[in-house]
Amino acid sequence: MTDRMAIAASTGPVLEFKSKGSGLIPRGLTLTAVIIIIAMLAVILLNVLHGGLGTISWEFLSKPPEHGMEAGGIFPAIFGTVFLVILMVITGVPVGVLTAVYLHEYTSPTSRTTRLIRTAINNLAGVPSIVFGLFGLGFFIGFIGHGIDTALLGAEKPVWGQPAIIWAALTLALLTLPVVIVSTEEALRAIPREIKDASYALGATKLQTIIRIIIPQALPGIFTGAILAISRGAGEVAPIMFTGAAYYLPYLPKALNDQFMELGYHVYVMSTQSPDIEKTKPILYGTVLVLLVLTFLLNFMAILIRSRIRSRRISV
Amino acid sequence: MTPYQFKPKSRWREFLGEKFIAVNAFAALIAILLIFVFIFKEATPIFTSSEVQKEASLNKMTFKQQFQPNKPAKWSWQPNSDLPKYSLWPLFLGTVKAAIIAMLFAAPLAIGAAIYSAEFASKRMREIIKPVIELLAGIPSVVLGFFALIVLATFLQDVFGLTYRLNILNAGIALGLAIIPIIFTVAEDAMNSVPTSLRDAARALGANPWQVSFTMVLPAALPGIAAGIVLGFGRAIGETMIVLMASGNAAIVSASFIDSARTLSATIAAELAEVVFGSAHYNVLFFIGTVLFLFTFLVNLGGELVLQRLKIRFQGKLS
Amino acid sequence: MRRLLAEAFLILALSQAALAGQITVKGSDTMVRLCQRLAEEYMKGHKQTVIQVSGGGSSSGIAALINGATRVCASSRLLTDAEIRIAATKGVKVHQLVVALDGIAIYLHKNNPIVDLTLGQLRDIYTDRITNWKDLGGPDQPIILYGRENNSGTYTYFQKQILGGEDYAERCEPLPGTASVVHAVAHDVNGIGYGGIAWATTIRYAGIKVNDSAQAVLPSAANVSDRSYPISRELYLFLNGEPTGETKEFIDWVLSSTGEKIVVESGFVPVRAQ
Repeated sequence: MTDRMAIAASTGPVLEFKSKGSGLIPRGLTLTAVIIIIAMLAVILLNVLHGGLGTISWEFLSKPPEHGMEAGGIFPAIFGTVFLVILMVITGVPVGVLTAVYLHEYTSPTSRTTRLIRTAINNLAGVPSIVFGLFGLGFFIGFIGHGIDTALLGAEKPVWGQPAIIWAALTLALLTLPVVIVSTEEALRAIPREIKDASYALGATKLQTIIRIIIPQALPGIFTGAILAISRGAGEVAPIMFTGAAYYLPYLPKALNDQFMELGYHVYVMSTQSPDIEKTKPILYGTVLVLLVLTFLLNFMAILIRSRIRSRRISV
Repeated sequence: MTPYQFKPKSRWREFLGEKFIAVNAFAALIAILLIFVFIFKEATPIFTSSEVQKEASLNKMTFKQQFQPNKPAKWSWQPNSDLPKYSLWPLFLGTVKAAIIAMLFAAPLAIGAAIYSAEFASKRMREIIKPVIELLAGIPSVVLGFFALIVLATFLQDVFGLTYRLNILNAGIALGLAIIPIIFTVAEDAMNSVPTSLRDAARALGANPWQVSFTMVLPAALPGIAAGIVLGFGRAIGETMIVLMASGNAAIVSASFIDSARTLSATIAAELAEVVFGSAHYNVLFFIGTVLFLFTFLVNLGGELVLQRLKIRFQGKLS
Repeated sequence: MRRLLAEAFLILALSQAALAGQITVKGSDTMVRLCQRLAEEYMKGHKQTVIQVSGGGSSSGIAALINGATRVCASSRLLTDAEIRIAATKGVKVHQLVVALDGIAIYLHKNNPIVDLTLGQLRDIYTDRITNWKDLGGPDQPIILYGRENNSGTYTYFQKQILGGEDYAERCEPLPGTASVVHAVAHDVNGIGYGGIAWATTIRYAGIKVNDSAQAVLPSAANVSDRSYPISRELYLFLNGEPTGETKEFIDWVLSSTGEKIVVESGFVPVRAQ
């Protein structure tokens, strides 16, 4: 239908436009949609701000939960979240960056391999997060962790074959892989061809060009990807429920096979399983606020860096 | 061709470097395969073990079962009963009902906003709208679930006088908030990628801006908008935390949209932590995971194909 | 190569060595808050001991005890025959202690005119035989059922003891914690729920009658303690053999009057009548 229209539009005056309505109604309706969305966002943010702002204090940010989570702070959850996303970035970002480099520098966009990988990436992005949780449990804990325990350590007790921060981080790394790839690719596309050609003209090999020219040039995009991945990873709960997050721990995670507390999971636990919902409400709101501020700051940074990259591409 | 010279001594390094990068590039593909293999592996006893099939066979999970001699057959999800009942129908129904509400709520808003942003908004306005909606996408689903559980549920119950505080309507609206950004982004991209030649042609024929939008751009971008809806639906089916916290989780078979509902994803989240490894219940939960995986896989594949076609049509190339 | 790898993983798992001075308590979600409070208080007075508490349910706690993955198991039920058998084959001698009694109260909204219920009525309500409050002498309003998730020990206990093993009505809304049940009933005039006994600030307890002619009993600590309240159960700690060393110290402290105070604060009833 569209093709026919395109042809029609280019061959002769088949379409006629008579009425000169101002288009106020469609304009108004669509604007209303925008306003409704923004209003809902505002309601959520104001509600969280209103409920949580009074709770935020240095005490709250630096102390562990006390009195069965009715008092105290959320420091272990903040610490656990940071530890988790650092591990996630270390394990996930390099793979994502190399994937993007491969797709952009080594293969033609129409080759079968590229399309297969690209389809896989798009599908990976659509896999429900709870399925990642199942996978983390079945593969990382049940297969890899248990495998290490029985084959290498001969351990009686589970050492690696149990929920742990490393397994949760690896699960999240997989979940956020598409985000990293897409951002890196966007940055790669923005690199002017002339720079690459100059490198080759100077006798550099492809690998040298990639390592010394392309990746440094793409660094802002890689950062954006990492930041978006962190913001996504810090908010995901379903994948870490079975792979390492703990309800309550009296100590901070120190080793890769420790369990950990996490902000998002803490919000879930407190809003559904807290001893007394009314009593924990201030702490609950405070935790939500911290989580939101964290993810929003990260998102905001990513948006800033990305808009810089985009403007650079246009200027070149 | 790219003019570069090989230094013979670095050929090996080049080779290994490329292979290393290539291996990494297949990570996503391998991950998808491993996910399927490892989740399906834990579900296989449903097909192979007669022990498990006594409790949970495909037949028992799909069709009405008569559990007591003098009572009518029914679909029932009661996994921790003396006689465990694993009918997936109540869960499937709950999942679809929540997703439908989410779509009814999100699609008009998201598409409306996309039309406004792509067709009517000034450049400055667009620079406000897009980041704001990206901000919505940045809200973790657990926070949306929290909001639905604490605030939205009470509000809806007061306004509509609902019997159940936590219900599909509540979960569906919260779910809608999560998928608005997806539909918006895909639909807006589709409209923006409509070639300017088409717009110019319409304009040359005397169409005013909104006529250009509604007679030219929208029809041309329709497949893209549809793809956005499909992708949003896929996300709504698989989303976990929101429905787990906001839907009430009762496994009911009913046509009502203000009843409580238990979805496939929430069932896994609520029950997996306690289940005995290797039991029929455990296998069934992984089977649900397999179903969710396959369903979203097909939905994404479909959406992706449509978008690729659109790209080829508008730009004559893949990028 | 294999040894090298093994060593690498061992070093990575180094903090496991610190487990020596650590008591792990794992099991029942009903008891998580109690155990957490006990651990918190105990660690205040015993700085050198670290106690790690985690939930996961009685079943996973028992499995962990048998596998040697936890030193103490918290459980809201006794071991099953199968579990006893497995424990025996693995050479685990399960040592059993009752730490507290848990009365299960029936929650009603404060404005609900119904005062007490018989066990039979309770069963009929939760199995969908009675669906309207008017059948119990109340207003013509539907009864809205709230319960616990099917992985909870309370869910299983209530099903066995009150429903006689029958299934819950499907429309019963399963909630993930006692607090959620209380919260739901407090906001729902037509609601009914069940759970622990220390929550009565926002809801009201139904008196329970064993049969039509019996006297209604309220779930007070005294009534649970002398077993006159009909819906209560014991909460256990399981250990592998008699406790020794710092575990013994902890257990003794839990059973002391200091521990009992925390038992009361957490909404349970101490074993010894007070």
